[in-house]
Amino acid sequence: MTKRTVALAAAPIAMTALLAGPLSAETLRWARAAEALTLDPHAQNEGPTTTLMHQIYEPLILRNMEGEMVPALATSWEPSEEDGSVWVMTLREGVTFHGGEEFDSSDAVFSLNRAMSETSNFKELLSSVTEVRAAGPYTLEIVTDGPNPLLPNNLTNIMMMDQGWAEANGAEAVQDYAAGEDTFSARNTNGTGPYVLESREADVRTVMTANPDYWGIGEFPLAVSEIVFTPIQNPSTRVAALLTGEVDFIQDVPVQDLERVNSADGIEVITAPQNRVIFYGLNVGAEDLENDSVSGANPFADVRVRRAIDIAINREAIQQVVMRGQSEPAGVINPPPVAGWTEELDEYPAYDVAAAQALMEEAGYGDGFSVQLDCPNDRYVNDEAICQATVGMLAQIGIEVNLSALPRAQHFPLIANGETDFYMLGWGVPTYDSEYVFNFLYHTQTEGRGSWNGTGYSNPEMDAMIVSLSSEVDLEARDQMVADLWAMAEEEVIYIPIHNQILNWGIADGWETVVDADDQVLFKYFAQN
Amino acid sequence: MLTYILRRVFQSVLVLLVVGLVAFAMFRFVGDPVDTMLGQERTMQDIERLRESLGLNKPFFVQYWDFLVRAVQGDLGISYRQGRPVAEIIAERLPATLELAAVSGVFALTFGIVFGIFTAIRRKGLAANAIMTLSLIGVSLPTFLIGILLIYVFAVELSVLPSFGRGEVTDLGGWSTGFLTRSGLIALILPSITLGLYQMTLIMRLVRSEMLEVLRADYIRFARARGLKTRVIHFRHALKNTLVPVITVTGLQLGSIIAFAIITETVFQWPGVGLLFINAIQFVDIPVMAAYLMLISVMFVGINLIVDLLYVAIDPRLRA
Repeated sequence: MTKRTVALAAAPIAMTALLAGPLSAETLRWARAAEALTLDPHAQNEGPTTTLMHQIYEPLILRNMEGEMVPALATSWEPSEEDGSVWVMTLREGVTFHGGEEFDSSDAVFSLNRAMSETSNFKELLSSVTEVRAAGPYTLEIVTDGPNPLLPNNLTNIMMMDQGWAEANGAEAVQDYAAGEDTFSARNTNGTGPYVLESREADVRTVMTANPDYWGIGEFPLAVSEIVFTPIQNPSTRVAALLTGEVDFIQDVPVQDLERVNSADGIEVITAPQNRVIFYGLNVGAEDLENDSVSGANPFADVRVRRAIDIAINREAIQQVVMRGQSEPAGVINPPPVAGWTEELDEYPAYDVAAAQALMEEAGYGDGFSVQLDCPNDRYVNDEAICQATVGMLAQIGIEVNLSALPRAQHFPLIANGETDFYMLGWGVPTYDSEYVFNFLYHTQTEGRGSWNGTGYSNPEMDAMIVSLSSEVDLEARDQMVADLWAMAEEEVIYIPIHNQILNWGIADGWETVVDADDQVLFKYFAQN
Repeated sequence: MLTYILRRVFQSVLVLLVVGLVAFAMFRFVGDPVDTMLGQERTMQDIERLRESLGLNKPFFVQYWDFLVRAVQGDLGISYRQGRPVAEIIAERLPATLELAAVSGVFALTFGIVFGIFTAIRRKGLAANAIMTLSLIGVSLPTFLIGILLIYVFAVELSVLPSFGRGEVTDLGGWSTGFLTRSGLIALILPSITLGLYQMTLIMRLVRSEMLEVLRADYIRFARARGLKTRVIHFRHALKNTLVPVITVTGLQLGSIIAFAIITETVFQWPGVGLLFINAIQFVDIPVMAAYLMLISVMFVGINLIVDLLYVAIDPRLRA
């Protein structure tokens, strides 16, 4: 009793001393689980890194928080009238880098070439580009190996650097780990973005302040004048920091804490469907599966077995029990904001154990079989719990599933190396176009394409259609091809969609923002109310 | 004497080499760094190229040999996760861990000895029994749970202490210290209690049983018979004689405080080497993992070596 009284009496003093701190009203203290890996804008094509880069650097075309493509450093873009495989971009005039250098087409040429270099993480997005040239101080021409109507979609995360600054500091090349040295650009920044890097201690604290010379002043709310970013990995600690007011904004509220955060004073949870679908992949290509009880045959090669699994999984139960309502059951491995998604495609089959059993019977597996399911345990929301629920559901149709849940660093190589029979994967589509899904997940695994297709599925007819997608300029015809491809994919059932994830951001009262489907935060759109 | 020291040093180096070899053999089971390094849009070609250039295709003992050759030249490599020299990152992070370990060591020692004496003298008292019962919590509850519990009570419910981080730090020529600011000191409280609780109960129980033993000894009885004050008997005669084993145990526990810091640092987002190591494991950041494990084993081996040498100094029979 005495102890408690003392603690309570001390509370107001201590609080003013350390919780409120000397921060002004416009400072936004932001936390999330993951830290940016580098400050080099072309070294890591990965969510948290890109988010940090977006505050400091800018792309030519930006995808705003509503998912629309809006002008950033390019004010307009259209295919050349003379040559269909050239994109002409008009660049914004009067933009300066944080160091005072002017932005022009030579910087854009330099940056795109840098992003296309061997050690860049973004080169795949620009694989169709053959040449980038300046056609004037503020005119840029991007030449592709054939008409590429969707090139602008691929430019939304490719940041512009200053050529002079990079060359003066020896940062022309993107970080190369193997070379055993770090590059200047991994620790220093010089962008055109709305925020200037003030200080950074990796894993501890990154401070950015508003750029007084930003071209967009007056055009965007720009209510945040200082951003203090702290990664907090432990979910309980992260939520505690939001509840105590030590941070104002967290990007990942764990589903089990949603009620706690929502009921707290001065904080709210804002929610939106994420551009990420969670599904299972089935090894349909192998002659015989590695870890199953059937010898000499691959049960997944039979489409009836795949169909049986599809209808034996109770997606609504997973949504209600495992995800506590925080997911949207899916019928296609294409998230809703992506072009090519339709409501009909996303309709998932009704849960029907009897029909599934009949299909198994028909396929000759009436007595069932056993198989191993590989699942990550630290990548997606409740990933391991979803797999555990699936084990029970498939047991009802005689498939005995041995669950192997591993950390992501061990799980994903299994898919890349084709060492798994049955696996979980999540997929987000940064280009907002179905081609991205087909390229990585449906095309036969070759050197350049199909690198995430761990199913062994190979369909030459489909491959040809996927390849021709990239150069189809007639958008209507292209939409039809995409629809045909999805129809084909739905017939094959090589993937079993589960659901689309939902994003939960926790934010202190007084701030206003929408939730970005890619989990990207653009602080320049944050307003105060 | 000299041969003894040389032999011990030689053995220590051998232990270090074996630890390194085992570590490198294990790295293959932690996962593949290439996937996390390349991002979603990597092709099979990229994977092959990076594996080749990082030398990940080589057998583990070759990778270990390469590491050793560079390490003896002072080059610990570049972190896969942060893209900066490992030596620099560790030097940046070490002060946080050492300060936390020092504070929790002092906490464990002070409270351990005080409570130990108290429970030994007032063996049958209510307070002593309460402390003994509560100390069971310190031994039986896992560290992360204690940490989260403390955060819930002191940060969320009472809002008197911060829930994460080191507060404001001052840079003293490459050594960042939290001792000089108020927020830095306050930030130390919860993590050091979390980290030191186990050691505290250990020391407390050790002091208590040693003390009970000593209090039964003949010279204490004799001191009582001489009519000495109880306080003098307890603190001058009894306590001094209980401290010898306590000091030995504390010395050996120092290493484990630093090693146990991994969990505490994760719970409190404490930017020390423990948190660095956890992140390195998740990312399969082999250069950082290797450097951290070598650092910890150098520390353990070093402490043991010093203890061994001290025995020689104390015990003349070993000098033969």
